[in-house]
Amino acid sequence: MSNAIHARFALQYPEFALNVDLELPGRGVTALFGHSGSGKTTLLRLIAGLQRVTNGYLAVNGQVWQDDQLFMPTHRRPLGYVFQEASLFPHLTARENVRYGMKRAGRVMNQSALNDTVELLGIAQLLDRRPHQLSGGERQRVAIARALALHPAVLLMDEPLAALDLQRKQEILPYLERLHTALDIPVLYVSHSPDEVARLADTVVLLERGQVRAVGSVIELFSRLDLTFAQDQDASAILTGTILNHDAQYGLTRIGLNGGGRLMVTQLTQSIGEAVRVRVHARDVSLALDEPGTSSIVNILPARVIELREVEPAHVLIQLEISASEQQRLLARITRYSCERLNVRSGQAVFAQVKAVALMD
Amino acid sequence: MLLTADDLQAIGLTLRLAGIVTLILLIIGTPIAWWLARTHHWLKGPIGAVVALPLVLPPSVLGFYLLLAMGPHGFIGQFTQMLNIGLLPFTFWGLVIASVFYSLPFMVQPLQTAFETIGERPLEVAATLRASPLDAFFTVVVPLALPGFLTAMILTFAHTVGEFGVVLMIGGNLPEETRVVSVQIYDHVEAMEYADAHRLSAVMLLFSFMVLLVLYAWRPNNKKVAAI
Repeated sequence: MSNAIHARFALQYPEFALNVDLELPGRGVTALFGHSGSGKTTLLRLIAGLQRVTNGYLAVNGQVWQDDQLFMPTHRRPLGYVFQEASLFPHLTARENVRYGMKRAGRVMNQSALNDTVELLGIAQLLDRRPHQLSGGERQRVAIARALALHPAVLLMDEPLAALDLQRKQEILPYLERLHTALDIPVLYVSHSPDEVARLADTVVLLERGQVRAVGSVIELFSRLDLTFAQDQDASAILTGTILNHDAQYGLTRIGLNGGGRLMVTQLTQSIGEAVRVRVHARDVSLALDEPGTSSIVNILPARVIELREVEPAHVLIQLEISASEQQRLLARITRYSCERLNVRSGQAVFAQVKAVALMD
Repeated sequence: MLLTADDLQAIGLTLRLAGIVTLILLIIGTPIAWWLARTHHWLKGPIGAVVALPLVLPPSVLGFYLLLAMGPHGFIGQFTQMLNIGLLPFTFWGLVIASVFYSLPFMVQPLQTAFETIGERPLEVAATLRASPLDAFFTVVVPLALPGFLTAMILTFAHTVGEFGVVLMIGGNLPEETRVVSVQIYDHVEAMEYADAHRLSAVMLLFSFMVLLVLYAWRPNNKKVAAI
């Protein structure tokens, strides 16, 4: 793992302290996840230079942006920033907004890359409008294009969907997912939504009260029983795979999990061979000790119990390793009653019955 | 011609005075308003109060102090004498300086309100788009605060046109030098030339009404102007 961003900040307010020392990958989407007050936005603003602490260190791609002697002001940092709310300049059209940064940046996208970005974000027909003539989702897409047009060394996004309603979120998420695959620069994405993190992130930095609680791949952190993700009602595991084939007769798609094992889901639009990421909620997974003979459930995966944890008085959360693919994890949420009746213990071989698979990507 | 040559001369002088004062205040009022809008310094309160003083101070009081300051023993007077430009009272430029003080809040307060309304965010956005602070000021703040700038300039201009007390204290009544319209009207009345006073007063009334009409009609939500 090439660590392209090294950030070390310590900040002490009467009500809030932040203390982080992070090495972040130079590729892919890194989510800075935490609840409000965890310091995730503060961390992003420190990286952008919008906020300043005296004893900090920040280097991006080997270039020092801040240390004891130096503080590079925001306008000299080769970054792109997308704010939480629509931050387009109201006195400029969408096109002029995109051009504003391009005119000033030394290194910008060439015309064809810009056209691709405009295409990718679906804003070509919006460029001559003013911000007040755009919907919230459209404004945010223009804001993303404006940041990308700078050809930044790193893209910083501060909850770009938080100010949008559910419908607008659904409208913009596919664009963000496309970005995820199209971009070759690191993206730092602040979010408090496990759903967004599951869909977009490769790496997760979990922040709690200004401290780094855990850093790791989204797949690993989602399945860890000791972290907030698994303790959520929506606890889920993320599985990765590729499309094997489509079954038009039954309207189903077969996914081959990376490492081994198969899942059958309702038909997807992706073509054969394409990579997909699916999310399986813990509440949708039940366990059986013997291979179920006759069942309406089509996805039954042999697995091994790794760890158990009581999450509520009545429920137990179980982390499973899919036998065919040892790096892929599942979570199962079953009643404590069932758990004791089946006498589930770690190391045990079980069959995981997956009732539903949530699709992403 | 309805207006006398003296009247026209007074109008010309008044417009010239108001124009120069507006220009000077635009240059010095903008940074003051910018600082007041953004600082958390403890001096914000005191300086804001000093800027607002001419709103409540009788013009004669302001004129009196300025007269002392510009006089041979005052600090402005000492300075101008050192520069070999003599003393400023009863000169056009003395009037300009006095008017700059007198009209200061009319430039600073609308600008400060406009800057405060814009807030921090557009500047942060501009910084992430590689704009230096000065660049961001001219390409983002000025366009966004344009209504505030126009309001401030119109109010400053109009207020300078309408001043009387300070002119009497500092400028006196010298044709082509300090005899502005308001003084000219006073002269007409003193000389019992009521018809002349009427005509010139009507011009002033019309001018003031037009200015305010433009201000209020052109921006419906111009509550900030009303507050001043």
